[in-house]
Amino acid sequence: MSVMQALDLRRRSASSVPPPAAGKPAAVPVAKLIDVSKCIGCKACQTACLEWNQLDQPIGYTDGTYNNPTDLTTASWTVMRYTEYEHGDDLEWLIRKDGCMHCDDPGCLKACPAPGAIVQYTNGIVDFISDNCIGCGYCVKGCPFNIPRISQVTSKAYKCTLCSDRVVVGQAPACAKACPTQAIYFGTKEDMIAHAGKRITDLKSRGYQNAGLYNPPGVNGTHVMYVLQHADKPSLYAGLPDNPHISPLVGIWKGVMKPLSLAAIAFAGAFGLMHYVTKGPNRVTEHDEEKAAEVAGSEKA
Amino acid sequence: MTVHTKPVSRYTTAARVNHWITAVSLILLALSGMALFHPSLYFLTYLFGGGQMTRILHPWIGVVLAVSFLGLFLRFFMLNLWNRDDTVWMKNFGSVINNKEEGLPELGKYNAGQKLVFWGQSVLILLLLGSGFVLWDTYFASYTTIDQKRLSAVIHALCAIGAILIWIVHVYAAIWVKGTMSAMTRGSVSGGWAWKHHRKWFRQEVGKP
Repeated sequence: MSVMQALDLRRRSASSVPPPAAGKPAAVPVAKLIDVSKCIGCKACQTACLEWNQLDQPIGYTDGTYNNPTDLTTASWTVMRYTEYEHGDDLEWLIRKDGCMHCDDPGCLKACPAPGAIVQYTNGIVDFISDNCIGCGYCVKGCPFNIPRISQVTSKAYKCTLCSDRVVVGQAPACAKACPTQAIYFGTKEDMIAHAGKRITDLKSRGYQNAGLYNPPGVNGTHVMYVLQHADKPSLYAGLPDNPHISPLVGIWKGVMKPLSLAAIAFAGAFGLMHYVTKGPNRVTEHDEEKAAEVAGSEKA
Repeated sequence: MTVHTKPVSRYTTAARVNHWITAVSLILLALSGMALFHPSLYFLTYLFGGGQMTRILHPWIGVVLAVSFLGLFLRFFMLNLWNRDDTVWMKNFGSVINNKEEGLPELGKYNAGQKLVFWGQSVLILLLLGSGFVLWDTYFASYTTIDQKRLSAVIHALCAIGAILIWIVHVYAAIWVKGTMSAMTRGSVSGGWAWKHHRKWFRQEVGKP
């Protein structure tokens, strides 16, 4: 939530980014791995997130399920989503820790019109810089996971920072630190993928034939990944998108439309100028005035 | 010897005030909208007091424009209905832009180009208003889905560019066709202007008691 000197930028909303200082070692991409099969739904991660980020989630209402709060809010940057998955005689309680996925190709950043309101560090973390945020809600339209929330109080957008302020000093995110079953791991993306591989082998040996890693290619992979028991059906997990990608509408709006629109306006202006220069103004002649006077006179007579 | 005909009244004071409220709000909307549309034009937000203020003001100016334009619409839509002369005029558009109006049909208060500007802006402003409400998250965020908001963003931007292009045509026509501007500043045009460009309308006007 503040620009951190030790983190170089890879992308910056509505602006181009100078490359990191020469001679500086390239940052290693990081990732958080959430092993859904090890989650017991205790919500320690939710609490740790509130604590570390000094957030205050007002007391609300429960809808009779374990989902509490029922959705992400400007204060709850992560929530546990509980799904009762019945198949045959079996019932599985699928508990997914929802929050920003830190897409490698972030739709929020692509959609953001305010320079520097959304940044992506070279380690892959996508961060909102509140100072620059204008509260337009474009990030909500850009996000394939429905994550950002706009505050009615501050008119700023909020979401998980992947504890960029902890990561920059070599600490794991607060949620990972708090998890009692180590269902949340944090490290380099490479290590996390390797670790997920072991977990998936283990799950398969226990009968979860479709166990797998959720690291969707539609957004060029994510820096928050899941180990899922049923990776063939991500949507089982409280509507986790099966194949997330930035909406083509956002692609058009933030892609071809921008240069084409300015070109069309420039062309129209240039056409007008050239028309005036080549054809000249359209003037009323003496003859027109005489005819008008004649007609006006005759009509009056 | 210069012939001075009596000026012909073209717009009432109320119509002119109505027009200029619309004009100013459209320019402010274009500036604030472009500021949020293209990063290279983000500096335009400074004209409105920064990004947050631009985001707050833009939709309210839109409401002013919509109400004001509705006034123009009700005043002028009857005069902008299409007729056979307009089709002939459009077929001779090449002569028109070459400043050769001889041989074209006598026209009422508006020519086909002006009518297209009128109907174009009418349709685009209606679409801009509708999509604008969908994008006005401060008050209306909960009424639509994210997919509807995405579609609205594209429609809003497309229509805005269309409206800006029509605005350029509208303003350029007033610069190009000399003697036009006084219609909207002082409310009247010269007899010669009316005779040259809107002869049928001129005959009606001078025929009035």
